[in-house]
Amino acid sequence: MAGEKKQGLQLLDFWVSPFGQRCRIALDEKGLSYEYLEQDLANKSELLLRANPVHKKIPVLLHAGRPVCESLIIVQYLDEAFPATPALLPAGDPYARAQARFWADYVDKKLYDCGTRLWKLKGDGHAQARTEMVEILRTLEGALGEGRFFGGEAFGFVDVALVPFTSWFLTYERFGDLSVEKECPKLAAWAKRCAERPSVAKNLYPPEKVYEFICGLKKRFGIE
Amino acid sequence: MARVGGELKLLGLWASPFVTRAKLALQIKGLSYEYVEEDLGNKSELLLSSNPVHKAVPVLIHNGKPVCESSVIVQYIDDAFAGTGPSLLPADPYQRAVARFWAAYLEDKLVEPWFKMLDGTRTRAEMGEGVKQMLAAVATLEGALAQCSKGRPFFGGDGVGYVDVALGGLLVWVRASEVLLGVKFLDAARTPLLAAWAERFASLDAAKATLPDFGRVIKHAMMRRGAAAAALAQNN
Repeated sequence: MAGEKKQGLQLLDFWVSPFGQRCRIALDEKGLSYEYLEQDLANKSELLLRANPVHKKIPVLLHAGRPVCESLIIVQYLDEAFPATPALLPAGDPYARAQARFWADYVDKKLYDCGTRLWKLKGDGHAQARTEMVEILRTLEGALGEGRFFGGEAFGFVDVALVPFTSWFLTYERFGDLSVEKECPKLAAWAKRCAERPSVAKNLYPPEKVYEFICGLKKRFGIE
Repeated sequence: MARVGGELKLLGLWASPFVTRAKLALQIKGLSYEYVEEDLGNKSELLLSSNPVHKAVPVLIHNGKPVCESSVIVQYIDDAFAGTGPSLLPADPYQRAVARFWAAYLEDKLVEPWFKMLDGTRTRAEMGEGVKQMLAAVATLEGALAQCSKGRPFFGGDGVGYVDVALGGLLVWVRASEVLLGVKFLDAARTPLLAAWAERFASLDAAKATLPDFGRVIKHAMMRRGAAAAALAQNN
């Protein structure tokens, strides 16, 4: 970490949020020190409501007090505001950047929503969610191709966008009765490769803990 | 118009607000391109091979390489042709984050409820809820315009920017929705800044050259809604 001098960065976040984890991983990859502020989502703080009055959601990055909202917007902001740190979006290559944005957008549009339907729904809805989940994972594996990471040799924007969801694979597998390793071996290998990075190892929770959290949610919402 | 930096081709649909955004960006930057009208009922090989994931328009093909999703396309145009014409995103990282935030807000809070409402299959209650959501979104955008423009004509300031393009692409459809749903979304009394912005935007040369014809859009929306309602009636 580049010294203990705070760059005036604070992150309003919630421990299990994959969107928050994107920001934590990006900050660590860039060697930026910041103050982590865990939020109580059942009882939102004045700070959170002031920082994100539109959505009232985490994550929110505060930089010298100014809020940046939406995880992928935060990650891009970090790239642009701290150009001397390792770039997550490929520098000097507009086309590669467009590809990265496209795939990060795909993860945003598809994965979380489908995963939620997988653990919430029964019957036809569940069956459809399962089919979709396999398709989404296979499509992402296709995008990965033969590279070590989504951008090629370097860990980058799409990897940051997707890697927090690797802690959710176990949950998807259990609720979907599927195996990521079997359906998408290259994606499974990518997940293992990412887990070796200090930024990822430090910021992701064990898959069992995520599963436990989701089971807790199901009980709380009375979904059996 | 300048023929800078290689060959540009845009696959689109005349009525699509997402395609209109791409056209606006190209027009504002002064870039010439070949436009290809697609038929959704009979998608071209080029479209299917260029956008295998979504099979949707717009697709921008630059020197044979495809870029998909309107927000990605607009940023790509700004990025790849940084030296040509005005910039759509500001230079300052924080202002860029603010612009991206509002463009994302549009998709989430205005476009999504709206598309749901126009498919002709909604109940009265769902329509009412959709209209409420859209009006709330427009009220929030009024505040956003005040914050971003700081008294200047556009979200982008003195010139058209990223959020102006994102919202401008929707403009004809917003007007058409006012007729179809009987609700004034851009009301000078409720949202004076946005109402003035809409007039100002529509009178830009770039807008006149790219926005689809209002009358044609109304007819098209009615046909689509009619077809959806007929299909629904048939299935019930």
